[in-house]
Amino acid sequence: MPELQFGVVFADFDLLIRAAGTTALLWAAAFSVGWSAGWIVAFGRRSPRLVLAIPARGFVECFRNTPVLVQLIWFYYALPVLIGIQMPAFGAAVLALGLNGTAYCAEIHRNGLQSVAIGQWEAGRALGMGRLRVFFRIILPQAVSRMIPAYTNRAVEMAKNTSVASVISVHELMYNARLFSSQNYVPLETFTVVAGIYFVVIWPISLASSLIERRRSA
Amino acid sequence: MTSPEPVVLSATAITKRFGTVDVLKGVDLTVRKGERIAILGSSGSGKSTLLRCLNLLERPTGGTIALDGRTIGRPDGKGCQRYDERELDRVRTRVGMVFQQFNLFPHMRVIENVMEAPRGVLGKSKAEAQAIAERQLAAVGLAEKATAWPAQLSGGQQQRVAIARALAMDPEVLLLDEPTSSLDPELVGEVLAAIRALSDEGRTMLIVTHELGFAFHFATRVLFLHDGKVLEEGPPEQVLKAPREERTRRFIERFTERRF
Ligand SMILES: Nc1ncnc2c1ncn2[C@@H]1O[C@H](COP(=O)(O)OP(=O)(O)O)[C@@H](O)[C@H]1O
Ligand SMILES: [Mg+2]
Repeated sequence: MPELQFGVVFADFDLLIRAAGTTALLWAAAFSVGWSAGWIVAFGRRSPRLVLAIPARGFVECFRNTPVLVQLIWFYYALPVLIGIQMPAFGAAVLALGLNGTAYCAEIHRNGLQSVAIGQWEAGRALGMGRLRVFFRIILPQAVSRMIPAYTNRAVEMAKNTSVASVISVHELMYNARLFSSQNYVPLETFTVVAGIYFVVIWPISLASSLIERRRSA
Repeated sequence: MTSPEPVVLSATAITKRFGTVDVLKGVDLTVRKGERIAILGSSGSGKSTLLRCLNLLERPTGGTIALDGRTIGRPDGKGCQRYDERELDRVRTRVGMVFQQFNLFPHMRVIENVMEAPRGVLGKSKAEAQAIAERQLAAVGLAEKATAWPAQLSGGQQQRVAIARALAMDPEVLLLDEPTSSLDPELVGEVLAAIRALSDEGRTMLIVTHELGFAFHFATRVLFLHDGKVLEEGPPEQVLKAPREERTRRFIERFTERRF
């Protein structure tokens, strides 16, 4: 059993907390992008027009069947070769994680919309409500509330995925942990504390999710 | 009737084709103010499709619908009608519909279900919409359920809320598609009573029903649909008691036997 030096880690604890802030920012930005853009892709998937449905399907399959690490590196190192513009690391990370989230959220949105019976559309239309009004007042609230467990699962998954952004030098929690541990030769202590920080942030989300799920099925 | 009431809704040569199947094969129908028309016919004869064409939830393949003497849509030059979404929304505020499956909005309380369209579509104030909703719920005997959720109600109660919801728009015509067919037998009576109460206020209604006894006393006219066409129509005494057509007679026998 090695001699543990948690004191070294906690002496610079504020550094890790600030880094956790960057992690949270990355997570919030990427999840917002994914949830919102997911609606566009979801509608593409549902469209009877193949020019919309096929690209939407292709987008979803690409992002769900390649590792998120590869996607991230592709957006940071490969995309600039293609378009000639080097993105800042944080931007590339938001883009890659955001589009990855888009693909998953699109499928959740789509399932949510499908779960609302066609009769709900008809009842709204029969009352003279326009398409948009039926969507926002009748369909969306039911679809979203049914999908809350799926959204929280996705949010938890994405919170964990933010750690891959360290490989393109986004100064988030994992990046700073690796830096700190190699400078101070305390990997065991550093990564134990960092795992603790991730856990403390993510666990409440999982907990809230299962609470909501239990209340809904009760 | 001495002087005929004005025509509220009319259908001319309505056809509807789904893929390669002709479901409606030319239906003509004139609905005068205050009429109560019962539509009978076996399953698959096109009753629901006809009702859904009348409020343009389903766009007819051919033929025209007119509301208050105004033809809906305009000819596209190839013998069909072109419809404008906004115009259809306006039409549907005037033609109410009650579905077999109630289709209440489960995420809204009972009174919110009834207030939704008067507020959102007719632009009534919250207070006005609430007053309308309370009146309509009281009319179907559900004033005390205003703050309940649809899932807390029995099927019969849900259907009565659906009737109140449709009437809150004060439609000129109310279409009811088998409003009691998905109810347990002991709940059918309360819904039929609520519908019967509407005839006292002279509400114009078209009802698809298999309750022949109800149709006999309730309807001013009965229409028998067979294979996408109106096979026979007339006063209930004639169509139900002395049908001219063999098919109508067989249909009535089948449904009367089922009562025992
Ligand atoms: N949206 C649809 N697509 C394809 N076929 C349909 C559709 N709606 C109804 N039909 C067909 O039209 C026929 C008449 O249906 P419907 O009007 O519901 O009859 P009814 O209400 O008299 O039982 C049935 O054969 C049914 O399968
Ligand atoms: Mg039907």
